[in-house]
Amino acid sequence: MKRNDVFTFAAVLALLAVLPAAIYPLFLMKVLCFALFACAFNLLIGYVGLLSFGHAMFFGFAAYVSGHAVKVWGWPTEAGILAGTGAAALLGVAAGAIAIRRQGIYFAMVTLALAQMVFFYCHQAPFTGGEDGIQAIPRRPLLGVIDITNDTVFYYVVLAIFTFGFLLIYRVIHSPFGQVLKAIRENEPRAISLGYRVDRYKLLAFVLSAALAGLAGATKAIVFKIASLTDVAWQMSGEVVLMTLVGGMGTVLGPLVGAAVIVSMQNYLARFGEWVLVIQGAIFVTTVLLLRRGIVGEIVAAFARRALRRGKDTAQDAD
Amino acid sequence: MFELLGVPPQALFGQLLLGLINGAFYAILSLGLAVIFGLLNVINFAHGAQYMMGAFATWMLLQYFGVPYWGALVAAPVLVGIFGMLLERLFLSRLYHLDHLYGLLLTFGLALIIEGLFRQQFGSSGLPYTNPIPGGANLGFMFLPYYRAWVVAFSLFVCFGTWFLIEKTKLGSYLRAATEKRDLVQAFGVNVPRMITLTYGFGVGLAALAGVLAAPIYTVNPLMGSNLIIVVFAVVVIGGMGSILGAILTGFGLGIVEGFTKVFYPEASNTVIFILMAIVLMIRPAGLFGTQR
Amino acid sequence: MRMKCLMIAAAACLAAGAAEAQYSNGNIKIGVMNDQSGTYADLAGPGSVWAAKKAVADFCKAQKCHDKIEVIFADHQNKPDIGAGIARRWYDVEQVDVMVDVPTSSVALAVNNITKEKNKVFLVSGAASSDLTGKACTPNTIHWTYDTWALANGTGNAIVKTGGKTWFFLTADYAFGHALERDTAAVVEKNGGKVVGKVRHPFPGQDFSSFLLQAQASKAQIIGLANAGADTTNAIKQAAEFGIVAAGQNLAGLLVFLTDVHSLGLKTAQGLIFTEAWYWDMNDANRAFAKEFAAANRDIHPSMVHAGVYSAVTHYLKAVHALGSDADGAKVVAKMKEMPTDDKLMGKGKIRADGRKIHDMYLFEVKKPAESKKPWDYYKLRATIPADEAFRPMAEGGCPLVK
Repeated sequence: MKRNDVFTFAAVLALLAVLPAAIYPLFLMKVLCFALFACAFNLLIGYVGLLSFGHAMFFGFAAYVSGHAVKVWGWPTEAGILAGTGAAALLGVAAGAIAIRRQGIYFAMVTLALAQMVFFYCHQAPFTGGEDGIQAIPRRPLLGVIDITNDTVFYYVVLAIFTFGFLLIYRVIHSPFGQVLKAIRENEPRAISLGYRVDRYKLLAFVLSAALAGLAGATKAIVFKIASLTDVAWQMSGEVVLMTLVGGMGTVLGPLVGAAVIVSMQNYLARFGEWVLVIQGAIFVTTVLLLRRGIVGEIVAAFARRALRRGKDTAQDAD
Repeated sequence: MFELLGVPPQALFGQLLLGLINGAFYAILSLGLAVIFGLLNVINFAHGAQYMMGAFATWMLLQYFGVPYWGALVAAPVLVGIFGMLLERLFLSRLYHLDHLYGLLLTFGLALIIEGLFRQQFGSSGLPYTNPIPGGANLGFMFLPYYRAWVVAFSLFVCFGTWFLIEKTKLGSYLRAATEKRDLVQAFGVNVPRMITLTYGFGVGLAALAGVLAAPIYTVNPLMGSNLIIVVFAVVVIGGMGSILGAILTGFGLGIVEGFTKVFYPEASNTVIFILMAIVLMIRPAGLFGTQR
Repeated sequence: MRMKCLMIAAAACLAAGAAEAQYSNGNIKIGVMNDQSGTYADLAGPGSVWAAKKAVADFCKAQKCHDKIEVIFADHQNKPDIGAGIARRWYDVEQVDVMVDVPTSSVALAVNNITKEKNKVFLVSGAASSDLTGKACTPNTIHWTYDTWALANGTGNAIVKTGGKTWFFLTADYAFGHALERDTAAVVEKNGGKVVGKVRHPFPGQDFSSFLLQAQASKAQIIGLANAGADTTNAIKQAAEFGIVAAGQNLAGLLVFLTDVHSLGLKTAQGLIFTEAWYWDMNDANRAFAKEFAAANRDIHPSMVHAGVYSAVTHYLKAVHALGSDADGAKVVAKMKEMPTDDKLMGKGKIRADGRKIHDMYLFEVKKPAESKKPWDYYKLRATIPADEAFRPMAEGGCPLVK
């Protein structure tokens, strides 16, 4: 890990660790779940260049599976979350195998189509409870000992899950595997001609992204004690695109910031009633027109410009 | 007479006709989307909102200015089209050099704003609009309202008129040339930016036209477009993005497929389009009538 | 002299403090949660917030209310997870004491669970599912205005008795639609009618012509619309267009609100029969309320949901003041059940042990355009369903609170 990154992450983690003292923990948990979801999505769009417009299928399906496992089958919490993650990974293998054969907008459309089918299944299948969803999912003690009915305690568990997912993604994009992914993003034909089996790399990245999106969804189901159709609907897929875009595509911290911004917006704008849509729309328009790199992306770019300028200055001084 | 899965053939005939009628809406909407995508390379997510605006313009023209349906049929698309051109000049024109994604997100944001403002102003339970051609004919196997017959006939006329305009006339050839080699066409003295603005206005006008046609059938409601947009989107993809003929034929075709689904497995009638889309994209990556760019 | 004054003031302060101390954090906070911008925004939405505020103002005018009473609101967008999130935040952080309205059954069921978990109070006006006083009933919830059983019972009974024996259901494919269909089918069959078919349309639907054609082919006398909002109005509009009614079949709207009739227009909606709990043009008190309501809400006239919110909040405030405390939700609800209800809009009534508020229901028919004398003059009364027949008998609901 680069020293700069270690420093930044430690600072962010420290901030996240003290936040529950000031902010409602359920809200923070929601931010973290969506941040993990957005990080998973960002792995695909930011580092492989694949725009999935159906990521809600992993997020929502995992929520249903973990909710059902914990509530109906009486599984322990950690087993429920793992079951959800595993189900999302399997779904990722199936969906990925179909979707990665297409590129660009067609890839997006195939994922959208598959997600709509999953939505339909979730709407019709008896175990999901239709539009009522699976409600009153119990929060059983984690590993049999940690009492997660207390929101603050559970917050630290969710923070640990998020950190795990986040570091995993960080590790992946800085590994040789990640380098190949970036090469595919930049120039796929060239990567093929260099002898890489591009499809395998893409599929692996897709499954990883799906599994992490599932981890986020499964955790969210336990946090809010509810899994519902909202989590699998196409609007959710759109929401994660927006979070990533607002935060900054292809930046490590962008998804976290984007998720925080969007979730707070939904949270604090709720009282404006009918104006929520208008305000949200205005923010998207502004982002696209003025902050195209996203919040984190713009900050990084500003730093880079300054560093460049300073670099030039010192170079001139040396002359 | 034979029966198909327990459904008498007369009923199927009726459903076929209804499917065609619904297909007419999909065709006009996807046509507008395809024109915009084909010539501007923008995925216009505000299309549903603009369709809704068309319906509202129809209602407002009658309510506030006493303009009847037949006047609105011309006036509403023009007004909404002008509004579209304004949007293009103000916002969209800044994004042409970027990825599709940004155009999509921008129009998505615009759609949210438009819908929000209409809800704010008119509520959401919808407004009534009186059918201008009441009554209908009994065809034996079903009752066909005159208005629906008019919708099909008129939209066929509009669709093929547009197709002719773009594929067969000189103006159309300029447009197509401008998308392929913008600089070259500009060098010949054609004002390309203005042409693009007008094209976007035309596409938006088509959406509004569909809205005018819809006003007497569906309640005029700020939410009427928001669920339609991804379906229309799928129609365009199946037809082949940017293919005018593809959008028209797929629009009508989808209406029919959906109609049959409503008989045999009604719960799935909103989903069948996506199953088709996945299958088509697997077999023909660029859609039924598209060419891979 | 001055000293004495100060002492009196201090004593007054102490007295007030003592009264306040009985309330959680010194005030009563009423949270109105509903659809503020979607399909159900006109029949509930901002109007319910207005009605709750009006109830507070009227209550404080009639009798001195010794507390700060605050009304807040939020938009649940008809999604249970969003609603659940808001409910938790309200109870945990904002110290809301009572939640009101909450249309959309799935959201209401979520709030129902959370309210019990946190021991607060939940007064349902907008939601329909009869499960709220059935298998999902809690000691913290009161279902105020109407429910699927009452609608099915009122409309189903009346129609079967006037000769509508065969039914075809056009049902929205989600839990609420299924419940409405189930309850109505039971009433129809109990009265000797027959269900000849049904079709479940995706929610939300837009074009119903195909389903209507299937309904027509079934030759049923009555087409029951087990859906709500824009789905119902679109289905009715298209049924008129396809000459369904002209050809002799009749429509039964199982959940129709005043605002739906308004959006259809009388020309299309005339003759429609349905059950409601309240109508603005029934007496002077209602009319006065409606006049004020319309002035504040873009000329929309109040629906039964709005009246229910007003009535429920009024009764809640009475109970809290009688009890002197709002801290224990279950106790407040018990007090509310103990006191008979009485307010200017919904008159006298009572609340049963299972949480069901009991009052008369009305069977209305939509007027012909010629009969309508003024704006929003839409209904004529066909029958009054007495309170003790209007709702599901307690024993049949399966509520665990009823022994």
